[in-house]
Amino acid sequence: MDKLIDLLPQLGEAAWETLYIVAASLLFGGVAGLFIGLGLYVTRAGSILENRAAFTTINILVNIFRPIPFIIFIAAIQPLARLVLGTGIGNGALIFAISIGAAFGISRIVEQNLLTVSPGVIEAARAAGASPLYIIRTVLLPEALGPLILGYTFVFIVLVDMTAVGGYIGGGGIGNFAIQYGYRQFNPVVTWAAVLVVIVFVQLIQFFGNSLARKIMRR
Amino acid sequence: MTDVVKSYPPSEKGGAPVVAIDNVSVDVERGDVYGIIGYSGAGKSTLVRLVNGLEKATSGSIVVNGTEITSLKERSMRAVRGDIGMIFQQFNLFNSKTVAKNVAYPLEVAGRPAAEIAARVAEMLAFVGLSDKAKNYPDQLSGGQKQRVGIARALATSPSLLLADEATSALDPETTSEVLALLDRVNRELGVTIILITHEMDVIRSLATKVAVMDGGQIVERGDVFDVFAHPQNAASARFVSTVVQGVPSPVEVQTLRARHDGRIVTFSFRDGSDSQAQVFLDLAAAGIRFEIVYGGINDIRGRAFGHLTLALQGDDSAITAALAKIAAHSEVTEAH
Ligand SMILES: Nc1ncnc2c1ncn2[C@@H]1O[C@H](COP(=O)(O)OP(=O)(O)O)[C@@H](O)[C@H]1O
Ligand SMILES: [Mg+2]
Repeated sequence: MDKLIDLLPQLGEAAWETLYIVAASLLFGGVAGLFIGLGLYVTRAGSILENRAAFTTINILVNIFRPIPFIIFIAAIQPLARLVLGTGIGNGALIFAISIGAAFGISRIVEQNLLTVSPGVIEAARAAGASPLYIIRTVLLPEALGPLILGYTFVFIVLVDMTAVGGYIGGGGIGNFAIQYGYRQFNPVVTWAAVLVVIVFVQLIQFFGNSLARKIMRR
Repeated sequence: MTDVVKSYPPSEKGGAPVVAIDNVSVDVERGDVYGIIGYSGAGKSTLVRLVNGLEKATSGSIVVNGTEITSLKERSMRAVRGDIGMIFQQFNLFNSKTVAKNVAYPLEVAGRPAAEIAARVAEMLAFVGLSDKAKNYPDQLSGGQKQRVGIARALATSPSLLLADEATSALDPETTSEVLALLDRVNRELGVTIILITHEMDVIRSLATKVAVMDGGQIVERGDVFDVFAHPQNAASARFVSTVVQGVPSPVEVQTLRARHDGRIVTFSFRDGSDSQAQVFLDLAAAGIRFEIVYGGINDIRGRAFGHLTLALQGDDSAITAALAKIAAHSEVTEAH
């Protein structure tokens, strides 16, 4: 317990780092996933920009990358991180790996949520003479906004999970804190303090995500 | 619409393509309420979706307001669509937008200035009687109100043609008549031509001026609504007419009638005016025949009457036979055996 009190500054910093890594990955990976998911949705058979070749290509890419366990992916993507960022380690490389690794999974969540929009509503917009891009912007995304927020809330929690292995490439965060000070130094109190922080994060985000989605879906 | 064919690729590899519209020609004139009736799968939805280019015809020619649309590129097709309104069975309102924003949508697509949009939205909501709901969201409205919003949205850009695909099929009977009355005003007051898709003959009877009966991707009968109702020429049409008009009783119905009524069961058919009807009753009375109306009715379609009355006749058998022969000279007589 005394040990934990000594480590409080490190815990605070680790918590802050996790937030920062998750937020940055959510931004980059979230936007990339949104575009890939939109690509899947609009090119599928019967949709507004139906294109069999494009759909098959995106679909196969997503299916290849999504199931790779993140701890392997993080190593596999390291050379690319080095090429792009100039370094393969640290928080920057971690954000890079999470953003790319998560984008494929996020794209499926986006695709699923867009599919909840009734095709009839899209048809009504087409019948009004709207172009595909205009429909995406003014009908598709607004109609799917509630489910999308819930989807991204779930993604946030997955990203917190992904940051936990950041220590492997010299990244920080709460997972690294738990391993370094809790697990390696045989101090379960410290480990559980890290767990508690994660639980608080997840609960807070879930709460905000849910209430925002509820507000949007049930005015 | 001339010689239009629409086929979909086969559902499985190597199968035959699905021919949804099989060589159809239709001529809808300005101001018509053109009803298209058929069973589910007959090709009705596909047919209207060809009119505003939501589907592309496989072959044939479709001319809307003087523009041949089958050869149009998607971009120019969008402009044509702006001048064709469409309403749907499931209303298809934008749930994320208010009623006013729903009605404004086609105007925003057309790039009209904000002030004009606001004025037009207010005008349309007043027309459909929903001015007080402008700030509500669709999920706060009843089915009938939703369809009225759908109509306001479809007519916002003042189109000359309105496509209605099963517009009342999701509504209860009372709300259906409300919406049909509104569509009638749309046609009469605004002069909008309506293509009315339905599987309910009652909708055709209360609103349409012309009707086409579709079956298996083809139009099997067409004409003035009165003529098709009074004298359906095709088996499918006759089945539709029989859903709202009691015609000549079927053999099974005759069985039931016989169980309850004595005498000979005879059906008299009338159309346009009741002169012959009065004459029939006069002739029966003159021959001293007792009669009772046991089945049927008289229908009114846009002010023209027709119908079938089935009577149970009692009295001297040869007197009845003679009277029927006399009546057959001026009216249509069908005796059940
Ligand atoms: N997108 C499609 N792909 C394949 N077949 C279709 C498609 N749309 C309609 N069909 C087929 O075309 C026929 C007519 O359908 P539809 O026009 O919806 O009929 P209705 O509106 O009269 O019920 C049906 O056999 C239907 O299965
Ligand atoms: Mg249909």
